[in-house]
Amino acid sequence: MYVAVKGGERAIDAAHEWLAEERRGDASVPELSLAQIREQMSLAVNRVMAEGSLYDPDLAALAIKQARGDLIEAIFLIRAYRTTLPRIGHSRAVDTGAMRCDRRISATFKDAPGGQVLGPTFDYTHRLLDFKLAAEAGTPSAREADPLAPEVPRITEFLNKDGLIQDEVRSEDTPPDMTRQPMEYPANRALRLQALTRGDEGFVLGMAYSTQRGYGRNHPFVGELRIGAVEVEMEIPELGFDICIGEVVLTECETVNQFAGSKTEPPQFTRGYGLVFGQTERKAIAMALVDRALRWEELGEENVGAPAQDEEFVLAHSDNIQATGFLEHIKLPHYVDFQSELELVRKMRKGALDAMKEAAE
Amino acid sequence: MSVTEIGTEARRGWMGLLARAPAARLAGVFDPLGATPGFEWLRTPETGGVMVRGRTGGTGAPFNMGEMTVTRCALRLETGEVGHAYVQGRDKAHAERAALVDALMQGPRAPELREAVLAPLAEAEAAARRGRAARAAATKVDFFTMVRGEG
Repeated sequence: MYVAVKGGERAIDAAHEWLAEERRGDASVPELSLAQIREQMSLAVNRVMAEGSLYDPDLAALAIKQARGDLIEAIFLIRAYRTTLPRIGHSRAVDTGAMRCDRRISATFKDAPGGQVLGPTFDYTHRLLDFKLAAEAGTPSAREADPLAPEVPRITEFLNKDGLIQDEVRSEDTPPDMTRQPMEYPANRALRLQALTRGDEGFVLGMAYSTQRGYGRNHPFVGELRIGAVEVEMEIPELGFDICIGEVVLTECETVNQFAGSKTEPPQFTRGYGLVFGQTERKAIAMALVDRALRWEELGEENVGAPAQDEEFVLAHSDNIQATGFLEHIKLPHYVDFQSELELVRKMRKGALDAMKEAAE
Repeated sequence: MSVTEIGTEARRGWMGLLARAPAARLAGVFDPLGATPGFEWLRTPETGGVMVRGRTGGTGAPFNMGEMTVTRCALRLETGEVGHAYVQGRDKAHAERAALVDALMQGPRAPELREAVLAPLAEAEAAARRGRAARAAATKVDFFTMVRGEG
C-alpha cells in the first residue's frame, strides 16, 4: 500500500530542473522542433497516437519531446491530455474500402486486383546501417508513375463471393466504449478490438507470436494489408447531415485463417482483423492474429488453454499505461508498509530460530 | 439564396475541404480577402475529441478505435448567414475562418469565395493526393511464382 508522505519539495523541484536540462541535452546541439519530430520520427509519432488513443500528430510530437523519446511516457502524456478533452461525439464507421492506399499488399493472391503496391516500406531493405544518413542526406525524391485506380477492392470480398470465408455481418449497433465504462468480461469482439488497437505494441506482438509458435495456432495468412488515408465523417445534429471532419492515416490488416469447420459451420476460412492509427504495420498484423485467437468460442473451436485465447489475460494486460502505472508505483515511498513487513519478518524469523534452537537442544 | 437552394451536397463538400485543409493554407488564401465581416458567436471555438469508429473485418459491426482532435464553432454574420465549422486539430483560428467561409458561401460573396478560397484549397489537396498516388503507383510490383525445378 502506498501511503502519502510529506516533504522533499525542494529535492523534487531540483530533480525536475535537472530533468529539463538533461532533456535539452548538449546546448551546443540545435534543439529539436516539433515539426522535425512529426516529419522525421513519424513512426514514433504514429505509435504514440495509436496507443495514446488520440489522433493528433503535433500533440504526439510534443509528447515525444517532453518524454525525451520514452514512448510509453509519451503515450501516458497523451492519455492524460485526452481525459481533459470534452467528447464532441463519435464518427461514422470509417470506410477503409475507400482508403487512398500508400501501400496495399496481399500474401495470398499474387495477382490481386488493384495490384500489389509496396509503398514506403522497410521490407526488402538489407537492414544495414546507412552511414550516408549520418551525414546530411539531403532531400531525396521518389519516382512517380501514373496513379492507379483509386478504389482498391477488398481481398476478402473475393473469397466471400464463393462462400469460402466466414461472412462479416454488417450492423449499426452502438459499440461499447472502454474509455467510458469499466471493462467487463466476457467482452464482445468490438470491445476486444478497441482494447487491442490501443494496446502495447510489444505485448500484442508477443501474444501474436505465441500463437505462431503453437500456443493456440490459427494458421494465418495476411489476406490483405493496406495503409493510407481515410476521411472521417460525423453526423452534425445542428445541421442535420454528415460532414467530413478530417482525415486519418490507418493501417488495416485482414488475415485469412484455416478453419476445419464446426458443428454448425462447414469448413471455410475465417478472419482476424487489425485496424490501427497511423502507419503501424507490425501492430496491425499482430492485432489481427490476436483478434483471431480470441474468437475461438464464437467459432466453436477448442480452447487449448493458450494464453492468447484467454480474453481476460490478454485484455487486462495489454494496456501499457495501466501496466506501467502499477509496475512503477512500487518504486514510490512504501515506508510504512515496509516497516510493518520488516517487523513481521523479524518476529517470524525469531520464532523460527527459537524453534530450531529448541530442536537442537 | 437559402442553404437548401445551395444544396446540402455542395455545402458538405466545402465544409469537408475546410476541415481537412492545413490551418496555415486556409489562412494564406482567406486573409488576403481583406476585412473580415462583422459577426457574433453562436458557439465560441471549442476543442474536443471525436471517437473514430471502424468496423470489424472492415465491413461488419462498428467498434471504437480512438479519438481525434476536432475544433468546432458557429457564428452569425451581420448579414444574417450562419456559418458552422468542425475542423481537424486544435486550431481555433482555423475553425473561425472555416465558419466565416461557410457563412459567406451562403451569401452574395459566394462566387468570390469559391474562386479565392475553395478552388486553391481543392487544387492543393488534389495535388498532394496525386503526388502520393503517383509515388504509390511507382511501387506497384508484379510478383511471379517460380515453377519448381526451373531456373
